[in-house]
Amino acid sequence: MEKRDYLDLYHQMVVIRRLEERSAELYQQGKIGGFLHLYIGQEAVSTGLISVRRPEDRIITAYRDHGVAINCGLSAREVMAELLGKATGCSRGKGGSMHLADVKKNFWGGHAIVGAHLPIAAGLALGDVYQNNQAVTVCMFGDGATNIGYFHEALNLSKVWNLPVLWVCENNQYGMGTAVERASAVSEIRRKADGYGMKSEAVDGMDVMKVREVSARLYEEIRNGSGPQFLEVITYRFRGHSMGDPERYRSSEEVKTWLENDPIGIYHRYLLENDIASEEELQQQIQMAEEEVNDAVAFAEASPEPPAEELFKHIYVEG
Amino acid sequence: MARITMREAISQALWEEMERDPRVFILGEEVGVWGGTYAVTKGFYDHFGPERVRDTPIAEAAIIGAAIGAALTGLRPVAELMTINFAFSAMDHIVNQAAKLHYMFGGQMILPLVIRAVGGGGRQLGATHSQTPDAIFAHFPGLKVVAPGTPADAKGMLKAAIRSQDPVLFIEHATLYQTRGEVPEGDYIVPLGKSTIQREGRHVTIVTYSKMLEISTKAADQLAKEGIEAEIVDLRSLRPLDMGPVLESFKKTNRAVIVEEGWKSYGVGAEVASRIYEEAFDYVDAPIKRVAQAEVPLPYNRTLEQMALPQVEDVIKAVKEVL
Repeated sequence: MEKRDYLDLYHQMVVIRRLEERSAELYQQGKIGGFLHLYIGQEAVSTGLISVRRPEDRIITAYRDHGVAINCGLSAREVMAELLGKATGCSRGKGGSMHLADVKKNFWGGHAIVGAHLPIAAGLALGDVYQNNQAVTVCMFGDGATNIGYFHEALNLSKVWNLPVLWVCENNQYGMGTAVERASAVSEIRRKADGYGMKSEAVDGMDVMKVREVSARLYEEIRNGSGPQFLEVITYRFRGHSMGDPERYRSSEEVKTWLENDPIGIYHRYLLENDIASEEELQQQIQMAEEEVNDAVAFAEASPEPPAEELFKHIYVEG
Repeated sequence: MARITMREAISQALWEEMERDPRVFILGEEVGVWGGTYAVTKGFYDHFGPERVRDTPIAEAAIIGAAIGAALTGLRPVAELMTINFAFSAMDHIVNQAAKLHYMFGGQMILPLVIRAVGGGGRQLGATHSQTPDAIFAHFPGLKVVAPGTPADAKGMLKAAIRSQDPVLFIEHATLYQTRGEVPEGDYIVPLGKSTIQREGRHVTIVTYSKMLEISTKAADQLAKEGIEAEIVDLRSLRPLDMGPVLESFKKTNRAVIVEEGWKSYGVGAEVASRIYEEAFDYVDAPIKRVAQAEVPLPYNRTLEQMALPQVEDVIKAVKEVL
């Protein structure tokens, strides 16, 4: 890793954090509609995971997708514009927060039905196998998704067909407000992969370097024909499930303990302690991220609404 | 032109499209080694191999979900659901995914996907295996829903569906597989979303599709003996719904009977009748009649089952009521 790679990871995580903090404000001002699920606290997961993918590797995730979009190379501008429902958004203002995508960057969305994108991920990988592409499909989902039928159908199919999928469970401890052990028969979620004869492991999702390291190894194994594998990433969402979550299901002490493990703070200390970057350099990254997000908000606010004819566009490709 | 069965026509379309385009492949339950539970893909596995004729677990969400994913990568999957009744297990993938992704992501996702599913009653399979839920699927913008009633249309429309860039639900009828008809050989395409006048007449318009085309034709034959000339419009596609030939015929006959196998409530007949009232009210000479399935879950007993399904006599009676 070059120094600029380390700084780039830091930059991405701070951009995600600032973008989400700003989007929470814009939501409260009524400028963002619908649901808004913040990724704050989980930035190290997608940043580490996606930092080692090749361009041909496909990424697909659930509705908590802003960070994943940034990590896949979407600009803060087109993400913010989508949140504001503008014509310049990555989904032309028709998808919203939960439906970000850019297929040219191999980011296959943002999917809002819990678990439903898992069989689709199996299909993306099947497409690569069929066409002899040496690509890995990375499918991210929450702990809540491991209790729905689609999860089991998809894992089973991926193993039966030996598909190149990395199943990544972001265990943030809660499916909405229900704790893992209240919803899942096994609380060590990666054990569910055992039922499909699939290799699994767990990693600390608050540490971007650990996520990156394990991801790089798993991509290579899968690329070399290991078949699907399962990675459980232990993480925590600092904010509620979505805006307007009363958070009756967890104590402020619990939240405080996790806040002390802020993934950006952990990585910040790591960079300083290993003499990779100076405090000044990191402050400079924060400043740049700040400016990038400010620019994105200004761009999104100044962008036009989708024109009326957009309503009837894209129902079908033909007719 | 050869006179072949509906089964052969569908099989021929699949075979020819797979020969023509290496991106086309089949996946579903028992499509491979078994040769298809309705024998539509018999011989495919040996000829095209296990990569292109893929047996799946009994997991409908996985079948349709995987087909969607593969379609997104540029392939042209033909996913077979053993019966349309099992589509409910894949409802989210049909309705929330296949029908939505192109629109919801601003046009960047393209799904050239065909879902083949066989439906219909009349074979004593009981309530869960005998439904005609076509209208439910036709409710959703983003999905194309077609249900041909003749072998020629089956071949031509399946080829069109496979070549389409859009997700298409292709509904077959279990009791039509043995029906024979003239089918053009080779590259024969029938565009989707076009209804057609199957039989000309001047006294009444019968609007129908799929299996009920056969029932309506038998009714028209009998009516003809009494000097009543029924014109039959075959919808063929439920979405997009082409009202052109329906309205054209209705403006001539001023009377209509709509015959569908599914339930009447919220059904195809309700939709077509409303559109006639909305678009051709000045031409209405009699209240439009609907013939449909009795509003019960289909029973196993043969006599009871036939009582519930629309019969030739029901169509004749309805026609006489509107005359």
